[in-house]
Parts: sequence; C-alpha cells; structure tokens
Amino acid sequence: MVENIIEVERLSKSFNISSKDPGLRGTLKHFFNRETKSVKVIKNINFQIKEGEIIGFLGANGAGKTTILKMLCGLIVPSEGSISVSGCLPYRRREGFLKNITLIMGQKQQLIWDLPPIESFYLNASIYDIDKFEAKRRIKKLSDMLEIEDELYIPVRKLSLGQRMKSELLAALIHKPKILFLDEPTLGLDINAQRNLREFLKAYNNENNATICLTSHYMKDITSLCKRVICVHNGSISYDGKLEKLLKKLSPVKEVLIVCSSEKDANKLDNSGFKVKSKVKNEITLKIENRNVSSSLRTILNNYDIEDLFINEPPIDEIIEKILVKKKYTF
Amino acid sequence: MNKNKYLVVYTKFLYTSLASELEYKTNIIIDAITAILSLVGSIFLLSIFFQNTGNIGGWKFEQALIIQGIYTVLNGITNTWFNPNLREIVRHVREGTLDFVLLKPVDSQFFISLKKISPSGFLEIILGVCLLFYCIKINQIKLSLNFLILCLITITCSICILYSLWFFISTTTIWFVKTWNATEVLRSLLYIGRFPMSSFSFSLRLFFSIIIPIAFITTIPSEVFLGFAQIWKVILEIFITLIFLITSRRFWLFALKYYSSASS
Repeated sequence: MVENIIEVERLSKSFNISSKDPGLRGTLKHFFNRETKSVKVIKNINFQIKEGEIIGFLGANGAGKTTILKMLCGLIVPSEGSISVSGCLPYRRREGFLKNITLIMGQKQQLIWDLPPIESFYLNASIYDIDKFEAKRRIKKLSDMLEIEDELYIPVRKLSLGQRMKSELLAALIHKPKILFLDEPTLGLDINAQRNLREFLKAYNNENNATICLTSHYMKDITSLCKRVICVHNGSISYDGKLEKLLKKLSPVKEVLIVCSSEKDANKLDNSGFKVKSKVKNEITLKIENRNVSSSLRTILNNYDIEDLFINEPPIDEIIEKILVKKKYTF
Repeated sequence: MNKNKYLVVYTKFLYTSLASELEYKTNIIIDAITAILSLVGSIFLLSIFFQNTGNIGGWKFEQALIIQGIYTVLNGITNTWFNPNLREIVRHVREGTLDFVLLKPVDSQFFISLKKISPSGFLEIILGVCLLFYCIKINQIKLSLNFLILCLITITCSICILYSLWFFISTTTIWFVKTWNATEVLRSLLYIGRFPMSSFSFSLRLFFSIIIPIAFITTIPSEVFLGFAQIWKVILEIFITLIFLITSRRFWLFALKYYSSASS
C-alpha cells in the first residue's frame, strides 16, 4: 500500500492585511493610522497526498492555492492545524526535509542573471552537498531530458523565457527532490515550451516516483498531468477527487471559434440552432458540448463554407468563477 | 554545521559573484575611480579642519588620519560585502525571492549575508590598509605581535558590530517591507566615524557610544593603533560585539516566523 507523504489536518492561516481608502485623505490616514485586520485566507482544510501522486490545486486568483503550497514547503507558518510532509514539520525547515523538496515558481527566478545557468547549477550542487562528478552527471541527464544542452553556457539574461524556465527547473531538481511544489510553472511560456515542460514533469515523476503538487491556470497543465485535483475556493477545499469527474461537471462544453468565408455564412450558422457565445463579422464562437464536438464539427464542415476553426477549452479562471464561485454545482 | 560544506559553498559564492561583476568592466573602473576620489576628498576635508588648529579633541592630524584609514577599510568591507548582500534582503522580501533562500539546506543568514561580493570595495580596503601603514610610519608606532593581535581583534569587532547593525535594520524589512532609508541613515551616521569621538559634545558622545556605537567601530581601534586604548575598552568592545552578533542573529530567526512571503 502506498504511504501518505503529505498529511494536512484542520489547517488554517490568517494574515494581517491593511487596506487604504482612495485619495489624499485616505493616503494620509493610511500613513498615520494604518488599520489592519486579520483575514483568514485558509480555513480548516484537510487532505492527504500519496507518494508519487501528481496533484493539481485549482482555484481563482487569491483563492489560497499558493498559500497552501508555501505552507507545505515550510515558507509560511500555519496559524492553526497540522502539516506533515515526508514525516517532517515543514516550517522547521530541517536540512533533511529541505533536501527532499523543491519549489518552482513560474514568475520568480533563482538563476544568476549575468552568468550561464551551468554556474547556478554547480552552486546549487555545492549547497546540496553533491560532489562535482555527480553534479556533472545529473546536469547532463537533466539537460538531455529538458533539451537545453546548448543553452547551458549562455548567460541567463540572453535566454528566452522558455529556456530560462527549463534552466530554473534543472536548478531546482539537481538534488533529485522527492516532492516538487510547482506554482504556475508554465506561466508566460509558449505552447511548445509548455508541452515540453509537461512531458519533462511526467518523465521525472515516472522515473523518480516523485510527488508533484502543482498550481496552474492553464487547463492543459492540469489535464495532462494530474489525475487528482483539489479545488480551493475562498480558502476552503470545495472539491478533492478525480479530475475526470470534475471536468465532466466543470467543463461540459468546448468553445469553437469558426472563421467563415463571409458574414453571410456566419449569419447562417448563427441561426442554425448551435449555442452562440459571440459573433463578430465573419467570426463566430460556438459552445458545443464535449460529447457532441466531433459530430457538430462534421455537420459544420459539410454544410458551411469556413476558412478556419479553433477549439478552445474555456479558461480555468472562467470556469472556476462561473461554477465554483457561484456555487451552481455541489460536489 | 558542516564547516567544509560552508567553505565550499562560500568559494562558489566568491567565484560566481566575481564572475558576474567581471561581466561589466566599465562599472568596475568607475567604482575604482570613485573609491580613490572619495579617499582623497576625505583626507582633504580632514586637512581643512586641522588648518587653523594643531589638534581637535586632543587628536593631531596624523593621529586623526588613522581613524580615516580604519574608516576607509570598513567602508571597503561595507562596499564589498554588506552593501551588495544586505541591501538585497529588502528586494528579496519585496519580490518574494527570499523563498528560494529559505528553502536551501544552508543557514539562511550565511546565504543572505555572503552570497554576493563587489570587487570594487577591495581597492578601498587596500587603500585603507596602505593609509594605515603610512600612519604607523608618521606616528612612529612600534610594531609588535601584541599590537597586531589587538589591532586585528578591534577591527574584527568593528566589522562585526557594523554588520550586526546593518543586518538588524535589514531584518525589519520582514515587517516593514521597505527599509532602504534606514540603512542609508546608518551609512550617513558612519561618516561621523571619520572624526575622533572626543571632538564631539558629551551628549553626542553618549549617543554614538550607546545608541549607535560609532565609537566602538572606529575610535577604539584607532586608540589601539596609537597605543593609548585602555584594556577595559578592548574587553568592552569584544563584549559589545558579542551582544550585537547574538541579538542580530536571534532577531533574524524571530523575524522569519513572521515572514509571509510575497504573493504570486
């Protein structure tokens, strides 16, 4: 039986947050007499994660996903409740615990800006007590997997965002951590780079039986990596279970953008009985139920003169807002 | 604590930060010119003060030059280690990159205090040491092992007090987020350390000895140089240094409990 590697019980976190009224008066009041109030951002949550699982944390901006990740990796001390990660109390940040985990944040970087990434890798290797030969071997292996052998010797400031993110990953994984905390790792990357990163994470998980906790606003990251998701809404867990089950409820439709040859065709399509989300000149966006996508597309291609079409998953933020926030669904 | 590991990591810190700095040659040259001009300007200012009087607060020009020498060495150390590292704490806290530091299996204070080095400060240290050797010659100070040990102890204490003060102020960033100004005020106060403490009024001397221990940073090491520091002053300086080091360390560990990280 697979052991739980992460156990969270009745976990809560409150922050003191100050607010400021607009205008000069508000600014002066804020300067001389700052009013702060305690806001409970995480409210009494419970969950367990098994070794080797890839878990996606879903939720709108400000829902509390990053705060949960930061408590799990020991950066933030919880206000109430208990956390056990790999048998340790994370916020004590003991050496043995830190050697077992890593945190990757898509919007923040740890590489030395003016030097090639290889220098940062060797620096990290020395911090994690990895000798030069072993470090060289791991860098070779990870750079092969990430396909960044050529970029290892180019200063970080000259690398593209995708190359930089891959290098960040290598820097964060050189010590072969067993638990990975990834906070929006594909943020700002193009589609190819996102796909490469996802494939790498899958391979890393398979090879090392590593546990991965991931937050992302890209639906594709979640769908291609996670079997299980935890939905966070206003600091509470509103869903914890299989992604498949969630997707059926959360995303029953796909958005199909169709570029018709003429506005006349678009008007014809508008009146054909499909659910229309929007229409601008010869471009029309339809909402089609997942199970009907292929039959509907066949009908459209056979009966209408179209130039191009794009199938989009609705943005995860939009789904969360419409379904979780408005609480149309109960799980 | 594995000392060997820390030595290896520090060697890497030295190498990576020197390599980063050497990417920008012009910047290093400008910094070097600034250091030379700053020392020349300070000696010129000191000579103006002594133009119409033989001594200030009981110190002759040649003796006051020792304080300038110690100040230059300390300023060099500040520019080499403290400035590039401790100023970064504010940035780390504001931008949330302190997260990466805290998740490394090394002491966070060690990492954050020694990660970077600015080689331009080396020139100031060399200039300061040269000035001190010149002062030894013009003040006809006899070199002995005891003298060198005492000098080394007091200057090390000065460095530690200065570091602790700076680190203490930078740590408050965890609550107040932006404290550039506080460290700038500290730097400004250090300029005062170029002059003998006895040239100030009693109340200011008290302030610079107790509240901001400028007296312990430059004046006592200078007195040791000139051979008129009483031993109790040296012991007091060691004692004060230990208090400052321990307090700043404890304050850092205490502050980390309140670190809330920056939002993503």
